[in-house]
Amino acid sequence: MEEIIQAMDLSYQYMNEDEESVLVLDHLNITVPKGQFLSVLGHNGSGKSTFAKHLNAILLPCGGKVYVAGLDTSCEEKTLEVRRNVGMVFQNPDNQIVASVVEEDVAFACENLGVPQAEMRKRVDEALKSVGMYEYRDRAPHMLSGGQKQRVAIAGIIAMRPECIVLDEPTAMLDPMGRQEVLKTIKKLNKDYGLTIVLITHYMEEAALSDRIIVLEKGQVLIDDKPRDVFKNVAVLKQTGLDVPQTTELLFELRRAGIHVPFDKLTVAECVGELEKLLGGTEKCC
Amino acid sequence: MLKDITLGQYYPADSVVHKLDSRTKILITLLYMVMIFVVDGFIGFGVLLLFNIFLLFLSKIPAKFIFKGLKPILFFVVFTVILNMFMTDGKVAFRFIFWDVTYEGIFTAVFMALRIIFLVIGTSFLTYTTSPITLTDGIERLLSPFQRIGVPAHELAMMMSIALRFIPTLIEETDKIMKAQKARGADFETGSLIKRGKNLVPILVPLFISAFRRAEDLATAMEARCYNGGENRTRLKELKYTRLDAYAWGFMLLLFALILIIRIIGFDIRGF
Repeated sequence: MEEIIQAMDLSYQYMNEDEESVLVLDHLNITVPKGQFLSVLGHNGSGKSTFAKHLNAILLPCGGKVYVAGLDTSCEEKTLEVRRNVGMVFQNPDNQIVASVVEEDVAFACENLGVPQAEMRKRVDEALKSVGMYEYRDRAPHMLSGGQKQRVAIAGIIAMRPECIVLDEPTAMLDPMGRQEVLKTIKKLNKDYGLTIVLITHYMEEAALSDRIIVLEKGQVLIDDKPRDVFKNVAVLKQTGLDVPQTTELLFELRRAGIHVPFDKLTVAECVGELEKLLGGTEKCC
Repeated sequence: MLKDITLGQYYPADSVVHKLDSRTKILITLLYMVMIFVVDGFIGFGVLLLFNIFLLFLSKIPAKFIFKGLKPILFFVVFTVILNMFMTDGKVAFRFIFWDVTYEGIFTAVFMALRIIFLVIGTSFLTYTTSPITLTDGIERLLSPFQRIGVPAHELAMMMSIALRFIPTLIEETDKIMKAQKARGADFETGSLIKRGKNLVPILVPLFISAFRRAEDLATAMEARCYNGGENRTRLKELKYTRLDAYAWGFMLLLFALILIIRIIGFDIRGF
């Protein structure tokens, strides 16, 4: 499969206030094939946000290389091309909306790229429809809910027609409803449009939706596997200070108590089915 | 409480004036300001009054909006009137305690008041009928010829539109900080003026810190969306001159000519 992102031997360090150099990324090697939905997990300071910022040349590597769609991110003439290919959505929805009308904000990236007006109109409308915000196109962003604002931000990226979207904890500041909206949108974009998604998060439930999970710890890859297999390592995850989905945790605890249940059940429905089987009853509660 | 503040007092309506290109409206407003200073008599002001009534009718803006706009300048008008009445030399009309009030003084006072009022009313039509975005767009386009001599037209317009975008966000934030500080026992309502001023510090400091953080985030987000200055940018909504703009210009130039004639011929009423 064709690779969209290739991080080779990627290192990044900075000087803190005491003039000590802090190594955030430690010789990372990560490749992401086209169309994949990748989640990057890790607790604070694991380097996951720093990694994300390398993917569209906001930060440049101190050592090693990052290739995006075959382009070297450290090559200055290619910066715009890199950013057009890899769009980025940030944590705070308020701080990434530029214009005071929804559709103007969605058009911002296209305006910067010099897309002709007729083409831009088409792209903006399509982008708004794909995130389900078309009805809100002439509203003021500050009147929208957090989840809606974040979807507008995503639409602004889609209008650029990127190959890949990097989302840096897009749901961290949202309520549960908004979080659902955003996740559904991400999932849909990945499925229907074949967009490569890199989701940086610390919510296990979100990571469970993806095709592949990478757990970062102290700037290194700790685990790199399919969600089902990742969550089997409950003990390792807990050691790094991460939570596992409630379903997995329940099954893990049951297993530790000596009850034989399979591990790789991620959704609530699967888990309920497993428990029903275990209890031998067919009657549904509640 | 703070949310009630409306800045950029745009009044959306479907009118001819709303449809005019914002560049036309900005330039016409400048011409109108010139006219106010060309007028030097009551006939001229009568013409301006008719023009404003005509605009009010044309733009479909409720008259009470216009009067509301006059309220904040009331003090200023009164101050000007009093100052002019007592400070102008000439033929004494009557004595007010120990100040002489002259005919010339009364005349200049009324004149100045009219000038200020007409200035505010006329220019408020610009902000009532033009949305902030098209207004900044218009300013950018009007300033762009001066880019060659170093006027940062695009940057200025970008700054203005971002400022407009963040006003509601920052107001909301101020509200939140005030509530948080009140919950910790801060008191913003009592005490002397100096004390109250000092009490604002715990609001302003977090507000500024958060504004700087927002600015940094926004800059990164703009860069991530390929922002690299004003060169080669296209617009989603391009400003376009229509036939309406030509009519508006024709009308305004005729009005300007009329006012100039009144002034030059000099038959206007300039005294009692």
